[in-house]
Order: sequence, then structure tokens, then C-alpha cells
Amino acid sequence: MANNLPSEFDVIVIGTGLPESVIAAACSRSGQRVLHVDSRSYYGGNWASFSFSGLLSWLKEHQESSDAVNESPTWQEQILENEEAIALSKKDRTIQHVEVFCYASQDLHEDVEEAGALQKNRAPLTAVNPTEAADSVFLPKEDESLSTVSCEIPAEQPPSSNPESAPEVNDVEAVEEKENDGNDKTCVQATSEKETGENVPTAENTAEQPKKNRITYSQIVKEGRRFNIDLVSKLLYSRGLLIELLIKSNVSRYAEFKNVTRILAFRDGRVEQVPCSRADVFNSKQLTMVEKRMLMKFLTFCMDYEEHPDEYKAYEEMTFSEYLKTQKLTPNLQYFVLHSIAMTSEATSTTIDGLKATKNFLRCLGRYGNTPFLFPLYGQGELPQCFCRMCAVFGGIYCLHHSVQCLVVDKDSGKCKAIIDQFGQRIISKHFIVEDSYFSEKTCSNVQYRQISRAVLITDRSVLKADSDQQISILTVPASKPGTFAVRVIELCSSTMTCMKGTYLVHLTCTSSKTAREDLEPVVQELFTPYTETEIENDEGKKPRLLWALYFNMRDSSDISRNSYNDLSSNIYICSGPDCGLGNDNAVKQAEALFQQICPNEDFCPPPPNPEDIVLDGDSLQPEPSESSSILQTNSETPKESPYLGNQEEPSE
Amino acid sequence: HGRLKVKTSEEQAEAKRLEREQKLKLYLSATQAVFQKRQAGELDESVLELTSQILGANPDFATLWNCRREVLQQLETQKSPEELAALVKAELGFLESCLRVNPKSYGTWHHRCWLLSRLPEPNWARELELCARFLEVDERNFHCWDYRRFVAAQAAVPPAEELAFTDSLITRNFSNYSSWHYRSCLLPQLHPQPDSGPQDRLPEDVLLKELELVQNAFFTDPNDQSAWFYHRWLLGRADPQDALRCLHVSRDEACLTVSFSRPLLVSSGMETLLLMVDGSPLAVEWRTPDGRNRPNHVWLCDLPAASLNDQLPQHMFCVIWMAGDAQKECVLLKGRQEGWCRDSATDEQLFRCELSVEKSTVLQSELESCKELQELEPENKWCLLTIILLMRALDPLLYEKETLQYFQTLKAVDPMRAAYLDDLRSKFLLENSVLKMEYAEVRVLHLAHKDLTVLCHLEQLLLVTHLDLSHNRLRALPSALAALRCLEVLQVDDNDIESLDGVTNLPRLRELLLCSNRKGLRQPTALQSLASCPRLVLLNLQGNPLCQAVGISEQLAELLPLVSSILI
Repeated sequence: MANNLPSEFDVIVIGTGLPESVIAAACSRSGQRVLHVDSRSYYGGNWASFSFSGLLSWLKEHQESSDAVNESPTWQEQILENEEAIALSKKDRTIQHVEVFCYASQDLHEDVEEAGALQKNRAPLTAVNPTEAADSVFLPKEDESLSTVSCEIPAEQPPSSNPESAPEVNDVEAVEEKENDGNDKTCVQATSEKETGENVPTAENTAEQPKKNRITYSQIVKEGRRFNIDLVSKLLYSRGLLIELLIKSNVSRYAEFKNVTRILAFRDGRVEQVPCSRADVFNSKQLTMVEKRMLMKFLTFCMDYEEHPDEYKAYEEMTFSEYLKTQKLTPNLQYFVLHSIAMTSEATSTTIDGLKATKNFLRCLGRYGNTPFLFPLYGQGELPQCFCRMCAVFGGIYCLHHSVQCLVVDKDSGKCKAIIDQFGQRIISKHFIVEDSYFSEKTCSNVQYRQISRAVLITDRSVLKADSDQQISILTVPASKPGTFAVRVIELCSSTMTCMKGTYLVHLTCTSSKTAREDLEPVVQELFTPYTETEIENDEGKKPRLLWALYFNMRDSSDISRNSYNDLSSNIYICSGPDCGLGNDNAVKQAEALFQQICPNEDFCPPPPNPEDIVLDGDSLQPEPSESSSILQTNSETPKESPYLGNQEEPSE
Repeated sequence: HGRLKVKTSEEQAEAKRLEREQKLKLYLSATQAVFQKRQAGELDESVLELTSQILGANPDFATLWNCRREVLQQLETQKSPEELAALVKAELGFLESCLRVNPKSYGTWHHRCWLLSRLPEPNWARELELCARFLEVDERNFHCWDYRRFVAAQAAVPPAEELAFTDSLITRNFSNYSSWHYRSCLLPQLHPQPDSGPQDRLPEDVLLKELELVQNAFFTDPNDQSAWFYHRWLLGRADPQDALRCLHVSRDEACLTVSFSRPLLVSSGMETLLLMVDGSPLAVEWRTPDGRNRPNHVWLCDLPAASLNDQLPQHMFCVIWMAGDAQKECVLLKGRQEGWCRDSATDEQLFRCELSVEKSTVLQSELESCKELQELEPENKWCLLTIILLMRALDPLLYEKETLQYFQTLKAVDPMRAAYLDDLRSKFLLENSVLKMEYAEVRVLHLAHKDLTVLCHLEQLLLVTHLDLSHNRLRALPSALAALRCLEVLQVDDNDIESLDGVTNLPRLRELLLCSNRKGLRQPTALQSLASCPRLVLLNLQGNPLCQAVGISEQLAELLPLVSSILI
């Protein structure tokens, strides 16, 4: 199958995360021959989004000890005398401390499956029975970094090394004994109700009869394809670099976006909406008239703060929060500006940082709506794919589930000249772009990585009730004590096409100080309450209930100096994985900088030419950049139909 | 290599140019064809087709809309109802496409009104939806707002629904004149006042809610005018009913003078203004003091000697304003030179025209919130102006000093409107002086050293005998000054007087002091009007530019033979 890969390219990109995909698109657009490979069977690497079953498969992969990779390195024979090889890693070491908790009541049925999962499989890995995967709360890895976690497992927790043999074990779900009891009691009742309601389509049922809004785990599994769960939780600043790039390159036509509808704040145990646009301030019921004026006045000043240096010059040395105290702002307003608008750290951000962040926020306001942010429908994972698509339209070749064994470096020139792929094929190229996670431990032995703490929750209602239940909200919870970091909470409703009707998908993100669960659980406990059936009657005004929760840590490889990596040739370029920030500027900046090194003096992702203006003459026929004309060059089909995707149905083991 | 070949920009430009030329040709030939057919009276579907080609590209071609109306009217008489329905449907669709080309085309919106009002069963719901859609795109498109009001009126949409619609648009963006204006039309409809009460006013609970809404707007963005205008409307009031303010009879001049609450036009005879002397009507010739037959505050008439003779102990004069059901009486006693009757000019009648007679608690709380805002926004002109107006409405004399300070600030922050503000300030000062004079019950008015730039409310000064306007910045004595029928001494020293139009036909004027008007009065002809004042004996012109002219004393003596002493 790999035989039909051409043996020579201009640029080989390894990894399909956002920066890699943008570079691939940019290079392809400016005429470079691009090979884009990913050892995983899905697009996006750590930028991907998964259906529920897809996520369970991903979890399983990261919970399992992966020792199957110790094959004999066949590529060694291919390395010539004047060559050196940089072996690439076989194993993804970027995800750690994975912990799963299920609070929704379990069905007694064993055979629940994601509807349509087998027919039209968008999720790349399907070998696992979802229920089984869910039963495994988490699996300790051999990895020494996980050893600390394994001792936190409740005693009664059997490691589900053999999932098939553990059907219907409610106790596996339990976090604490108490909750476990509750679950057991209501389990039968829940199941019987489920049966009566079986005939009614679930989605309508939950929408029209909110009283019967009991979502069971099997419903989540069944409706699993409604979920698109992001591994990284980000938003697009509506005047951020990514939006500008999407517009400029016309890649925006491959994606749809929704405006984030609310900025929220969490204060004194209460969630409230932050008025940030003019219309918000006007309509706000919580601000007094004078506060309205104060806030508007301060925000107006921030819009062009550079032009009024006398207003802030004296406070430049202070933190932004100190500076805010000197302004005519009530504590209420100071809190909003610091945590919800500037979203800067109370302890460390300077006045200038804060003003800059506030200005950026305001600059983005009103372009597409009443908040500065956009969210891509079907999840953040769509974005790398959009750029891959553009790359393919201009002739880039895609291979998923195709790993690279090593990079081949010419000893004389010190330059990298080829890769050897999993089939032992040697492919020559001029430039090599490699995502950080592909490097072996040997290459990164000196690199100091930070970590991102992540949590993904499925809940039954919004953290702040509103007229419409279709809200997309962002909430920043400030750091609780020194040494910890502010937690960013993004709540997605079902119309973002990331979760099933009647549920909300909540992403929590912060810079790690400990494991994800240790970092994030306090916030989760403040905002949510575990799902129990008994509470269901008088539930007005209560916290949203957790149906399912996942914690994990992800490596943050951003902002790492190239010099920290060992022995890299000058034509090997490194892309970082996702950073912890809210926007995507980092990825775009990286991509543009690397592109400028590869193709100096070339325009970065210029708009595609108007189809009418393309000159088609004789044999030098060029592909038309429109997907409707299906045949481009032999290999350059759009990624979704690429023949190299063929092996995705095979189990990954 | 590996790159797309694209056309160069010259090729593109050339292709564009050719395309444009083609379009122009088509446009011109179609226009020609339409005019020919119209001339020939061929008003059929082909005209619709041709005009739609042109209007589709340029919906502002008004003549072609007329053509279409002619055709449609013609076709109405020829077609079956089914055919007509299809035609109307097509026309509505076409109009919508034109509106998408230019959503602010007068012709297109008007044509839609015309078409809809001709339909037997127009689908108003659809039209409301169309308006909502266009306002979604541009919430300040006043063409569409106009059309919406038309549709709402035709379809009898309940005002409450329309009010809710304005709510939704104001919530989205409160900087919307049309939406606020629509509210000001809808609210009085929703809350009609009992007949006796002042019209166009709102009940207090509604008013307070609206005030809160609009305060939210101007606290959020005090520079947005739309909210301030609405605020002014909320606190404003309807015009008072016409009234007769003063009636004055002078035996000496055999003259009766009437002053009204607003400028009115009085025709001769008895139709509009009826004069009864001692109980029986008397036909008189009404005229204005300045002789112009225009709406005026003050009208007067000559009285026949019989109605003033000394045979009766008193004469009773009664004037009835026929149109307005207002009347006033006064008595001239035997042996008296004059008699009058007047309403005392309370501040309410005089000076609360801009702001309302709402309870002062409402105004007081508005003043407090404006002051609060002013503290935060010391340089906001709308806020300053509103404070001034509120203070006037509350108590003009109590707040006089404070008001003048605010004027000073306002002038500093809004120098572009300095002259307007000077005039407004003059007006307020004059009002205050009149009030003070009223309370003192004197006929002497001192307005010296007040920095006045303009004279107004002169019709209030009908009975004043001495007027001191010295040391101001006046540039003219306006024609309304002719209303001061009792004026004997007029001091206008140290101003910039250029014109004396108002010093006309003042029957009792004896002394006119015009010293040191250094910038004005260059030509003796400017003094021409003084000749019409029969009793003028003293004229002081010292320090005026015209005093330098050669032979000026001779010229003046010739011009004003009755004035015995002219000082130059």
C-alpha cells in the first residue's frame, strides 16, 4: 500500500496538529510538494476532537501500557555509512494521569453501542466496546509518572485489565462509597424508566419533557456520535491571528462558527454574567447606573490606552490588579475586568499586560457578536482538518496511521535528507517539520516541559440558567492560592454540535501545578454536584449535575527553545503541541515563522485565485482549487477520501 | 513550478471594462425602449420586463416606478383575478430584490406602500416580517422604520406589540433614533390620558420606567445623542392651550393692545378676535406693532373716540379669541389714562415650555442622577445641558447662580456652540429678570451688565415704561421690541447695536440712549425708524462711529425733525 507513495517531496510534515497543518497548507499553496503524515489514525494529534466512543478508545490507548512497540528496528539496515539516524518515538508520552468518573446511572444492558458507530464511523478507533472502556475508571500505567496516581484509586477499585469479564459493575464507577450506595439504590428504578421511554427518540424526549430529564450512561453512549469532545479547549479571538488567516486563505469556507454568547464570572460562590459590550452594559440589571458609567469609561480608555500614557505610566511597575484599585471602579467591576475581561493573573500580570489583554478583548468585541470569541461547530478538531483540506486541494498528500521510524541525516552536510517510514520506505525531502511529541526521549532529554491540566465534563444543565438553554459560555475561576493557576471553564451547548441534546459539555483548563484532578477537582466541586437520582424532584436553582467526568494532563511543549532539543539538523523544524492559552495565536505565529524559514519571501497562505482567472492550457494542466472537480493529481484527493485512510478500520493494536 | 497560472491584472481589468461597456449599452437601450413605449401608450407586460431590468440594477430611477404603476393600473382592468394575483406576487418578489440592492431606496419602499394599499387582502404579517429582517441587517434604516409604521397602522398591530419590538431593537443597540422615536409615538397610544389632562403625556409609573431605561442608555454612553433626545421628549410637555395674556387700553393713543401666549394671526373684523366695548361688539382693524401681517404675540387696534369718552364712569373692554375659547376683560376708569388686565407671569406659564410640569420629585431625582453622571463625566455637554434645563424647570431663580456656572463649563467644553449657548443663557436671564420684576410689581426693568446677546420674551414687557439694556452684547433691537407700547425710556448704552428695527411706532418713547455702541451705527439711515416715534425728544448717540461723519448733525436734524436734543 505504501508502495505508491512518491519517493521525493519538498516538505514532509509529521503530525497533523494545528501548526503543522497550517504550515502544510501554506507550503502546498505556494507550490511545494508536501507529504503530511500522522502516526495516529485521526487528524489533529492533541488538537483532535472525538465522538464519545472515539474518546473512550483514545482513553483506552492512553491507559494501556504500550510495550507492543518493541519491534526490531528494521530501518537500521538502511542507514548508510555516511548517514546518521534520529529515531522517532513510537509512543505518545504527552498524556498522563488519565482518570474517568461516571456518575450517570448505568444500564443493565450490556450491548449499548453508539448509534451508527459501525456503519459510518467518524471515530477512528472502534474496536473497543464503549461500555467496557467506561468501566475502566482508569488504568495505572507502568509509566513511573503515573505511579503516584495509582495509589489514589479507591481500594475496592479493581484494575479492569480484562474489561470483558466485568459487566455491570456499578462499584467500579464509584468515587466514594457513599455515592456508590446511592447509585445502587436507584439503579433498578432508573432502568425500568428507561425501558418505558425506550420507544421515544431520546433527543426529543429530553428536549420536550425536561421533567424526565434523566440522562443515563447508556443514552450518552447511544448518542455518542453527537459528541465532539476536544482534547484542547480553546476559542478563536474574533480578531485573532487564526481568524485573520482563515479569512485571508479562504479556509474559512470549510468551517462554521458560533459566537460565544456569555462571559461569566464566579464570585462568592455565585455564577453571574459579565457585561462587557455596550449592549450588555446597557441591559445589565446587576450594575448600578454609576457602575455602568465607570465600567464603560474604563473600557473606553483601554481601547486606546497607549494614547493616554499619563493615565497609567505611574502604575507601570504595579500589578494590574493594584492598578485597577487606583481607578474609579467598584470591587465588583475590578473583579470583572481582572478575571473575566483581561483574564490575567492577579499576582503576576503587570499593568501593561492587563491593559493589553483588555484592549485585545475589546478589539475583538462586536466583530461577530456580543462577545469577542468564536467556537468552531463540531469542535476545535475541525480546524487542523480544514487546513489539511486546503493543503490537499493544492496537491498535498496525506497519510494517516502512517508512522515514521526515523529521520536520516547526512553526516557530511549535517542536514536531514530523508525519512524511513513504517514500511521501510525511504522518502527524500528538503524540509522536515516534526511535532514535538514525535521526538524520542533521547532527543528531548534536556527539555523542560510544562503540563496542562484538563477536565472534560458532561453535565445536565448550564452553570447559569438563562432564557435560552443554547448558550456558549466562558468562565474564569481565579487561582485560589499562590502557586496555583486560574482555571478556564468553557461550557458548550448542544447546538455547537459537540454534545447530545439535554447535556452540556464543559471543558476545564489550567496550567498544571499537580495532576489534572488535583488541580481541577476543587473547581468542579464548587460548580457542579455529582449526579444522583434522588435529587431530581426539587432541582430548581441547584448546581448542574455531573454525568461523566474525565481528567488528564497534557504536555505543553510551547515556548521551548530549539536549542533544548538534542542533535537536530537545521532543516528539521519543530512544532509544539497545544499551549495552555485561550486563543490560537501561538500556533499561527509558529506556523508563519517556520513557513518563512522554509519559503522566504513567499506570501503566507494567500487567497486562492478566482476560478475564472485560472489559465488552463494544454498539457501543463493545473488543478483547479475547487473540491467539486474531483480529480486533481493522482494522489491529491481531499484528506477525508484519501486512500491512506483505508486502514483506519483496523484495530490499532 | 507547481504553481497555478492566473490571469494578470491587465487581462482582468480589460475583461471588466468590456463587461461594464456591455452593461451600459443594455441599460441605455432598455431605458430608451421604456420611454418610447410610454409615449406610445403601450402599457403592457413588456414594460414591466424592461423596467425590471433597469430597476434591478438601479432602484432609484423614480420615473420607471411611475411607469410600472401606470402599467399595473392598466393591467388591473384587463386581467383576471388569478393573473393579477400572480402579477402582484411577482411584483412583491421583485421589490424585495430591489431592496436588497439598495435597502434605502425611497422609490422602492414607496412603490411597496402603493402596491400593498391597493391589494384587496394584503398579507401584513409577511410585511412585518420583511421589516424585521431588514432591521436585523441595519437597525437604523429609517426607510424601513417608516414602512414598518405604515404596515403597523394598516394592519392595526397593537401598540404593545410594536413597543415590544422597539424594546428588542433598543436592547441590541440603543443608539437608534428611530426606535426611540417610535416609542414616543406608541406610549401615548398605549396610555391615553383622560380628556382633561395634558395630552401626549405619560402616567407617572410609565414615565419612571422610561426614564430608567433612558438613563441606562446615557450612563452607558453619555455621548450618544439618541438617548438624550428621548430623555428631553420624556420630560417635555405638549404645547399649552392658546390664551390671552394681557389686555391694555390707552386713552391717549386711543389704542387697545392684546398679547397672546404664542404668535397668532388675527384677521381684520370680528371673525378671529372679537372686541366687545361696554357689552356690544365693535368692528376694528387689527394690526401688529411692527406693521407686518404675520403671526405675532401682540396685536393692537385703534379705538373710536366714542368708546373712550368720559361720559360713563368706566368703559368695559372684552376681547374674545374665537378659535381658542379664551377671553380677557379690562376696565378703563373715568379720568385714567390707561387700564389693563394681565395674568401675572408665573414661571410655570412662561418658562417651563421645554420641560414638563411633572411632579418636581421626578425632576429632582432626574437632576440628581444627571449630577451624578456629571461628576463622572465633567465634560459631557448633553449632561450639562440637561442639568441646566432641569434646574430651570425646578426653580429658575433658586438655581440661577448654579445655572450660570454650568453655562460657563458648557461653553468651555462645547465651543462650537458658544453662540447658541450665549443666546440660551440670555433667554434664561431675561426670564429670570421678568420674574423678579413681576414679583416686585414694578414697570421698570433693569437688564444692564448681563452679557445678553439676544432679546426675547419682549411680548411679556407690554407694560414696561423704563428698560435698561446697557452694557450687554446686543447687536440689534429686534422688531418684537415694538410691542413695548408703554415704553418711555430706553437705555442701550455700551452694546454693539447695528440695527434699530424694533424702535418703531413706540407711542410713548421719550428718551433713547445709545452711547458707545462702538461697533455699530455707522450710517444715519440706521436711525430712520426713530422718526415713527412721535414723542421722542432725547437721543444720545455719543461714542458711535457715525458721530465722526461730516455734517452728521445736519443730516440727523433733517432725518429726525421732532427730536429736540440729539447728542453726538
